Amino acid sequence: MLEIKNLHASIDGKEILRGINLTVNAGEVHAIMGPNGSGKSTLSNIIAGRDGYDITQGEVIYKGDNLLDMPAEVRAQRGVFLAFQYPVEIPGVSNIYLLKAALNAVRKYQGLDDLDAIDFLTLVRSKLELVQMDEQFLHRGVNEGFSGGEKKRNEILQMALLEPSLAILDETDSGLDIDALKVVSEGVNALRSPERSIVMITHYQRLLDYIVPDYVHVLSNGQIVKSGDKELAKELEAKGYSWIHDTAEGQPI
Amino acid sequence: MVIYMAEQQQIDEVLASDYQAGFVTDIESDSLPPGLSEDTVRDISRIKGEPEFLLEWRLQAYRHWLTLETPEWAHVHYPEIDFQKISYYSAPKAKTDGPKSLDEVDPELLRTYEKLGVPLDERARLAGVAVDAVFDSVSVANTFQDKLAEDGIIFMPFSKAVHEHPELIKKYLGSVVSYKDNFYAALNSAVFSDGSFVYIPKGTRCPMELSTYFRINAANTGQFERTLIIADDDAYVSYLEGCTAPMRDENQLHAAVVELVAHDRAEIKYSTVQNWYPGDKNGVGGIFNFVTKRALCRGVSSKVSWTQVETGSAITWKYPSVILQGDNSVGEFYSVAVTNNMQQADTGTKMIHLGKNTSSTVIAKGISAGRSQNAYRGLIRIGPNAENARNYTECDSLLMGDQCGAHTFPYIEVKNPTAQVEHEASTSKISEDQLFYCKQRGLDTEDAVSMIVNGFCKQVMRQLPMEFAVEAQNLLGLSLEGSVG
Ligand SMILES: Nc1ncnc2c1ncn2[C@@H]1O[C@H](COP(=O)(O)OP(=O)(O)OP(=O)(O)O)[C@@H](O)[C@H]1O
Ligand SMILES: [Mg+2]
Repeated sequence: MLEIKNLHASIDGKEILRGINLTVNAGEVHAIMGPNGSGKSTLSNIIAGRDGYDITQGEVIYKGDNLLDMPAEVRAQRGVFLAFQYPVEIPGVSNIYLLKAALNAVRKYQGLDDLDAIDFLTLVRSKLELVQMDEQFLHRGVNEGFSGGEKKRNEILQMALLEPSLAILDETDSGLDIDALKVVSEGVNALRSPERSIVMITHYQRLLDYIVPDYVHVLSNGQIVKSGDKELAKELEAKGYSWIHDTAEGQPI
Repeated sequence: MVIYMAEQQQIDEVLASDYQAGFVTDIESDSLPPGLSEDTVRDISRIKGEPEFLLEWRLQAYRHWLTLETPEWAHVHYPEIDFQKISYYSAPKAKTDGPKSLDEVDPELLRTYEKLGVPLDERARLAGVAVDAVFDSVSVANTFQDKLAEDGIIFMPFSKAVHEHPELIKKYLGSVVSYKDNFYAALNSAVFSDGSFVYIPKGTRCPMELSTYFRINAANTGQFERTLIIADDDAYVSYLEGCTAPMRDENQLHAAVVELVAHDRAEIKYSTVQNWYPGDKNGVGGIFNFVTKRALCRGVSSKVSWTQVETGSAITWKYPSVILQGDNSVGEFYSVAVTNNMQQADTGTKMIHLGKNTSSTVIAKGISAGRSQNAYRGLIRIGPNAENARNYTECDSLLMGDQCGAHTFPYIEVKNPTAQVEHEASTSKISEDQLFYCKQRGLDTEDAVSMIVNGFCKQVMRQLPMEFAVEAQNLLGLSLEGSVG
């Protein structure tokens, strides 16, 4: 599904990613943990196609194609989805309008017609139910005045509707209360399938109790310094990141 | 910043999109030679076979105009206009005189309007819109007159109304905008050529949207139209005007006057979609749009709403205003003004509260891109007798890129202590975050910008009649495609 090889990236001449290697196969769930500022969001943004990064080395292959050559919207249409760490507000644009435009953009790429109004509404309602959101959120401005937790839930609503092949969740659990965390996790788990891959960025092992990952990676100072299974997350929780630095000393593995 | 630069470049590319109404219609026209004098005024009046009172009025206006200086207070800059180089009258060559029925209209003209998306034929009936089309100086087609006449509604070219309803013209012309009002109002009063006239009788709800389409075609012509709308007691009318012009290297002057009169409990909704040619990327050519629009809420509980979507013109200078004379009368102003490239806009409104319990709402959205300048100028005046007057003003600016300017000039004069006046203002940018968010959901840059801008303008766009809301939305997208920072 996704293959990242020796990816180096910098902003304004400052190197942020310093040789990332990561392979995510279809059906797998990967968790990426790591200290603040280590480059997790940068990595997600680069995969999703945000401008402004200098890719100085390496490549990113998605379903056999060079992802870095594609404009952001094409990546999205081809099934790359990023649930943002800080979802932005778009005043005056109703949530349902964006959902519809997004779904139709993906469908158009797949050679499908736009859904008619009734089919669309039925579909959206079923997804609302999945993430337990009230219908009124459809008619509010995109994330406009949403609470932190509501914004995160709204990201999962979009993901559930768009059914991406590769979903990257950047700290979707941050700011969620315990009940919301369960709901969101169920939403994500419902999407798990052999054709779909999920990359979750999180600071908390708790999320991984709900969405059990196949792999856990530690990103530190622009490199993946340790990989393991879900036990690694528990170890990190107990010992902190300094433990890795003491043992691995920033060496890529 | 790197992110910003990359985005800006992309945006500039999309921004370079073309003005879509910029073609010239190849048609023979009768024009007065350029130049302005009392003789010009007399010629116009003679060509139109006007009654004596109108010629006198024009001449008074002309003599007054001679005493005036061009206004310079607006936040716009342009080379001095040589009023002797403008032709003050241009009409497509006609086989017979006067406005014609649709079948007689030159097919070339009909095709022009078709290209512009103006429904002049049977389609109009389906769309439920009655159209008056003004081509350069004269009205060339006027649909549905007969059907409207069954309800006693008068909707016809101004020059025809002068002949058929001189008493109404005499009574109302200049009653809201005097020829002494300002430089361009005086000029218009002297040389105006055509426009629309609407009268809705007592207790009548106009059953369809009325609309006028203005098009400047001939080179070196000015367009000076005059629109007068009267809603008698308990009447209602919704009126829309649309405007386009071909692409030309020289500037063309458009100085219109619009007067609205609302009697007791009458309501007038006046919507404008202005898409005059804005000039090219470097500011060459384009229309100077210097317009005086004013409404008089003369009766009790009368109401006037101005809604405008201004995307065109090299320079826009207009302040659709409402004089709230009748007690409990209501004035509204909803505006979207878009400027791109080298365009300049100085637009806003005046709400003059004279009667008791009068209220007004002003929602102004300014969007600036490229190297354009966009100013909101608004006056709220509460007179000494306007007990319990209310005003709410909201004024938001959206900037795209860092080379454009947004300015706000609010003037508030309160002479009655019971008044409540609220003013809110904001300035924001389409952020790179918003754009990336939309693209990450599969939308391309154009669609993303169009969506974000339409969101920003929503309060205004939803005031537009349904038939035109879609057109206006597309226009917004077109005139802005991609300008962000
Ligand atoms: N546009 C930018 N300009 C300059 N520096 C940047 C920019 N974006 C990110 N950085 C820097 O890159 C580094 C990595 O940031 P990133 O957001 O990827 O960290 P993160 O691992 O997601 O952190 P967190 O856990 O706090 O979300 C940080 O030092 C950050 O300051
Ligand atoms: Mg982050």
